[in-house]
Formats: sequence, structure tokens, C-alpha cells
Amino acid sequence: MSTIVYIPRDSSALSVGAEKVASAISQEAAKRGIAVTLVRNGSRGLYWLETMVEVATDKGRVAYGPVKAADVSGLFEADFLNTEAASAKAHRLNLGLTEELAWLKQQQRLTFARVGITDPVSLEDYLAHDGYQGLKNALKLSAADIVKTVTDSGLRGRGGAAFPTGIKWNTVLGCAADQKYIVCNADEGDSGTYSDRMIMENDPYVLIEGMTIAGIAVGATQGYIYLRSEYPHALAVLNEAIAKAQQAGYLGDNIIGSSHDFKLEVRRAAGAYVCGEETSLLESLEGKRGLVRFKPPLPAIEGLFGKPTVVNNVISLATVPIILHKGAQYYADYGMGRSRGTLPIQLAGNIKQGGLVELAFGITLRELLYDYGGGSASGRPIKAVQVGGPLGAFLPESQFDTPLDYEAFTAIWAVLGHGGIVAFDDTVDMAKMARYAFEFCAIESCGKCTPCRIGSTRGVEVMDKIIAGTDRVKNIKLVRDLSNTMLNGSLCALGGMTPYPVLSAINHFPADFNIKDAAV
Amino acid sequence: MLQDTLINQASVQAGWAEKLDQLIAQYKSMPGALLPLLHAIQDELSYIPESVYPKIARALALSVAEVHGVVSFYHHFKTHKPGRHVLQICRAESCQAMGSEGLEAHAKQCLSIDYHETSQDQAITLEPVYCLGNCALSPAVMLDEAIFGRVSKADLEALIQDAKKTEAQA
Ligand SMILES: NC(=O)c1ccc[n+]([C@@H]2O[C@H](COP(=O)([O-])OP(=O)(O)OC[C@H]3O[C@@H](n4cnc5c(N)ncnc54)[C@H](O)[C@@H]3O)[C@@H](O)[C@H]2O)c1
Ligand SMILES: Cc1cc2nc3c(=O)[nH]c(=O)nc-3n(C[C@H](O)[C@H](O)[C@H](O)COP(=O)(O)O)c2cc1C
Ligand code: SF4
Ligand code: FES
Repeated sequence: MSTIVYIPRDSSALSVGAEKVASAISQEAAKRGIAVTLVRNGSRGLYWLETMVEVATDKGRVAYGPVKAADVSGLFEADFLNTEAASAKAHRLNLGLTEELAWLKQQQRLTFARVGITDPVSLEDYLAHDGYQGLKNALKLSAADIVKTVTDSGLRGRGGAAFPTGIKWNTVLGCAADQKYIVCNADEGDSGTYSDRMIMENDPYVLIEGMTIAGIAVGATQGYIYLRSEYPHALAVLNEAIAKAQQAGYLGDNIIGSSHDFKLEVRRAAGAYVCGEETSLLESLEGKRGLVRFKPPLPAIEGLFGKPTVVNNVISLATVPIILHKGAQYYADYGMGRSRGTLPIQLAGNIKQGGLVELAFGITLRELLYDYGGGSASGRPIKAVQVGGPLGAFLPESQFDTPLDYEAFTAIWAVLGHGGIVAFDDTVDMAKMARYAFEFCAIESCGKCTPCRIGSTRGVEVMDKIIAGTDRVKNIKLVRDLSNTMLNGSLCALGGMTPYPVLSAINHFPADFNIKDAAV
Repeated sequence: MLQDTLINQASVQAGWAEKLDQLIAQYKSMPGALLPLLHAIQDELSYIPESVYPKIARALALSVAEVHGVVSFYHHFKTHKPGRHVLQICRAESCQAMGSEGLEAHAKQCLSIDYHETSQDQAITLEPVYCLGNCALSPAVMLDEAIFGRVSKADLEALIQDAKKTEAQA
């Protein structure tokens, strides 16, 4: 009998040698005449334990990790496939039953329900794990009722702006047009975030299903996934999954025998951060430079090629299937205040146990950083965290008890955004981080408006002076003035939010700017 | 030898003209064709030579200036032939928190070049990148399409040495 062994194909797992581990296991098994069936699953998102190798047993999967290729012959020596053997149980990499790992067990995985469990490109696997149940329910509903279900679930845009998804869809549904589009924003420009990548690489069908439901809901027959060019693995997985879905009748004309058509295509982005902004993205999809458009008109009314368009983040769309499958109330029962449901949180930076934590809104930063993250990777105190990407504020220790909730973050002049949390230990120099925020804005500015284009470059120059110790008080005042101009005068959030990291660094860490307090 | 090289180049050029026509024919009628076409060209040649602008412009009813404007807007598109390999080092926050600055300096020193430059042996072009989605395993780098996490200076040096020895990816 052949034993099933799972080894992730997720690109982060590959980045620490999963491919080498897979071939070492195949070779060692062949050499020893042992029958193994390798399944390349997605990652469970416990990245510090990658490469995590799992062995299928009657009781569930038993995990070993982090496995290096050099550990493989030792694992065979310990009879690791025979998980009941004393030598296997005693192996230093044995983690026990995967599902019993506290880090995983305490999570509330709704959007990520299948991630790490299934073979990402196997449609059969998807179907065997509740795949396409949401679509089946959607096909029984009127368009308006699908939209109402999404509205009632309380789902808000997971790209960062947290606009209610159902209300956006309703605008598109209400537009009369010969053609409408569903555009998935898969540009995932925010550093410190990787949940979109994980969905696309590890459960691509859930995104395809979500986009199909969106198409049926608003009357759109064509979808595009605008994919970050830095994600070649996601591109390959998505294209393979789309082809299989099409072959099986889940995409194309008359989806699973219904009267609905929906076609889907992946388009590669080309490395411009601003193209994650929805109107810049649409320009890019149309084949132009990614200059931000004025809003209104909203993309929902005049979007791609001037037609009504739903633009949604990967996670927003990938959450739709479970809402349609289990019902609006099931989803809305999770969360706090106006932040309903769950958020796939990404722990990154200087953190011991980095990875994907999906939980209901309401958990605090401190719980995430210490209970899940295990503190810093360096073992030094965590001095600051940046939440919400390069346009998010830096938070000091005194704010670590803030719950993850859109409104709670807004109240402390911070941004929850796409749920990325980047930790820094006490070696970080916040003046350098403030300088970097301006520098990044200068590199990525689309150039359409002056506060952003000029302000960011000026910001770098002034920060250089502050770091060099020249006229500190005067120059910090100048940074504040510049920031106010950018906050109030920028056309989009790239220029408009760069002041968040800059001013939060000054306000919370004045010592790094060699000033006594932030009052200057 | 020299003659062989010249003949080779000539045949690549000749083959390329046909290939370009083929790509243009393939993408021309696609809505928003320009980016997919530019990607296809760069996949083929590893960069986008200015010599292709006029043909593209004609096929898509654009001006040459418009094609140029698009190519130059996007960081991903290269206007000059890169080395046999492209090494991207992540400069974004999560990787900074894990020491990417040291990696950047080390790469520049090992290769005796700055960002956007190619090593003298034409082996490696060095580029910055702002997040590879590998932030749980920072610092991260990408060599061609292969991604690496928790990269130490020694790892990086080994990668560079290996890349110098090997041919470009097909
Ligand atoms: N995920 C990432 O990688 C990333 C990167 C940078 C910024 N961001 C986030 O982007 C956010 C800013 O995004 P934005 O400028 O698109 O925000 P926005 O508030 O302008 O728009 C949010 C969404 O709601 C839609 N919308 C607003 N009113 C509507 C209506 N009446 N009907 C239908 N649709 C309506 C908009 O079209 C848009 O899709 C920031 O808060 C930041 O957190 C995310
Ligand atoms: C500079 C900038 C970059 C952005 N990048 C992204 C991105 O990479 N991914 C994303 O989903 N949204 C991004 N957004 C937000 C989008 O404009 C838009 O709000 C989002 O795609 C809507 O989808 P949602 O409602 O599902 O969140 C960005 C916004 C700005 C201003
Ligand atoms: S704020 Fe910056 S990126 Fe946004 S439109 Fe203005 S110049 Fe372009
Ligand atoms: S910040 Fe470097 S991989 Fe994300």
C-alpha cells in the first residue's frame, strides 16, 4: 500500500526548499523500495515550519517540520511514514497531528477553509471539500437576492478601503449596459501581505467561484484577474485551474447547465504599485499607462472600457463562496462592531512564527504578536509594528491592545488595510522608516498630481537633513507641512496616505528623530 | 568563430521578425492588447527593444510615443538587454525588518554594480523589488523566477556564484 505524503507547492514553501525536499523523499523512497504517493498541497500558512511534510494516517495527517532535504534520510531511518512507530514519534521534527497544532486549531478559517488541505489544481479535490456549493446556491437565487446575501453578510472590501461589497455590487447591478465586467484586484502591492498570493496559489478555484458568482449577481460575462507580475507561481496555478474549470463547464457558456455565461482571463501587471489603485488598474488593463483617474465616475458605473465594473480584492471575492454556501448570517455571526466576519491576517517582518492567521475581527495586536507570533525572531523587544502596508501607520507598544477592527484602527489614526502586520525589533530607526515611506512614494508616484509627485521627493530631502541633524526642529515642521499638503491635496491614497507612516513615526517615536517630544 | 556569431545573430534577427509578426497577430484583437503583447515580447527576448515600437504602434493604432510611454511607465519592462539572470532583492518593510539592507550591500559588493546594472561578465542584472509576498520568510530574493526566503549573506553569495556558472533559463 502506498502512503500519501503531502509537500506544499506554495511559493514561500518553495523559497525554503520544498522542491528539494520533495525530490529527496521520492528518491529515498525509491531507493528503499517504499511506495509513496506525493501530493503537492498548498501551505497551511505556518511558514516558520516550512517545509512541512505531512503523512496521511487514519487519524488525520501527521506533520513534520521544518524539514530540509538533508533531514530526509534521517526521517526514513526513523520510519516516519509509520507514524505509530516509536522512532517516528520521537523524531525531533515530529509535530503530531496537524489539525491539533494549537496555532491552527484556534483559528477560524472560513475563506482559507481548504488552504493547505487540498491539491490546489485538482478540481476533484475542490469539489470533495465543499467546492462550488456557493455557486449552486447562487444559481437558485435571483440576481438581487445574491447581492442581498452578500450585503447582509456584512462583507467589506478586503483590499483595504473596507467599502461594503454588497453595496458596490448593487450599484453595478443597477446599471443598464450591454457589457459589464468583474475585475479581480490581484496586484497585492502592500508589503507585508501575502494572503492574496496564498489563495491564488493554494485554492485558486475559490477565487474563480467567487468571481463567477459576482458575474451572475451583477450580469457580467467577462472577468479579469489583474495579477502582480512578481507572482509567477500564482500565474501558473491560476491558468491551470481556469483551463480545468472551463473544461468541466464551470466557466464559459451556460455554466453548469444554467443560462449564465462567464469567461475569465488572467492579465499580468507590470510592477507598478499604483496600479493596485482601482482606476489606475483599469487604465493598465486597457493597455495604457497606469495614471489614476478622477472619481467620480466610480468604476461601478464607468469602469473598464467605460462599462460598469466590479473591482474587488482577491480575498473579498474568495469569501463570497462560503457566504453563499453557509448563508449571510453564518458569516455575519463572526466579528465585532461593523467589522463582520473574519480577516486573514498576515504576520510578517521580525517575528518568530510568521504566517497566516484567519480569525474573527476583534483579536488584539498583542495576542497576534505574542500568542501567535511568539515575539520577535531576533528575541529582542518588538518596538513598532506597521499594519496595513506601506501606507499604514506605525504603532508603538502602547497601542498593541487595539483590537483588529476597521473603526478601532481609524480611531487611533491607523489603518487595518489588507491585514498585513510587520513587526520591527528595537534596532529599527524610525527616522529611516519615515524617509523610506517618502522614498517609496517618490518611486511609485504616477505623477498626476503635484502634492504627491513633488512632496514625496521633497520629503526624502528633508528627512535626509533631519537624519544628518541639520535644523531638526525647523525641518520636522517642514515634514508636517508637506504631510498636510499630501494628505489634503492628493488625488489618490498613495500620496494621500504616505503621511500615515511618516507622521506616526514622528509622533510615536520622537527620540528617533532626536527631539524630546512630538509637540514640535 | 566571429563569423559564426555574426551568422547566428543574423538568423536570430530574421527569425525574430517573423516571431514578432506572429505575436502581434496573436494579440492584436485582444481588448487592451498592449500589455499582454509587451509581456510576450519580453518573455521572448528578455527585454523590449525600441525597434519593435513602430510595428506595435501600427498594429494597435497608437503612436510610437504612446508605446514608449507605456513601456517606460512600468518597472517590469526592460528597455535594455539584461544579463543572463536577473536577481531581485526585496527592499520593502518586512524584509528591512530582517536585514535586507545588509543583503543589498553585499550583492552590490559581490557583483561590483549598483541597482539596474549588469555585472561585467553579463551574468547578473541586479534589481530592487518591493515585496515578493514572502514576508513571513523575510528577507527574500528572487533569481529569475525562483524565490528564496530567510536568505543569509552566505546564501546570497552561493546563489550568485551558481548563477554566474549557469546559462540563462530557457
Ligand atoms: N491591498 C493592497 O495591496 C493595498 C495597497 C495600497 C492601498 N491599499 C488600500 O487602498 C485603500 C484606498 O483604496 P481606494 O482609493 O480605492 O478607496 P475608496 O474609498 O476610494 O474606494 C473603495 C471602494 O469602494 C468603491 N465605492 C465607493 N463608493 C461607492 C459607491 N457609492 N458605489 C459603489 N462603489 C463604491 C470604490 O470604487 C472602491 O472600489 C487604502 O485604505 C489602503 O488601505 C491596499
Ligand atoms: C496606491 C493604491 C494601491 C492599491 N493597491 C491595491 C492592491 O494591490 N490590491 C487591492 O485589492 N486593492 C488595492 N488598492 C485599493 C483599490 O483601489 C480598491 O479599493 C480595491 O481593489 C477594491 O476592492 P475591495 O472593495 O474588494 O477591497 C489600492 C489603492 C491605492 C490607493
Ligand atoms: S497621489 Fe500620487 S499616485 Fe495618486 S494620483 Fe496623485 S501623483 Fe498619482
Ligand atoms: S516585504 Fe519582502 S517579501 Fe514582502
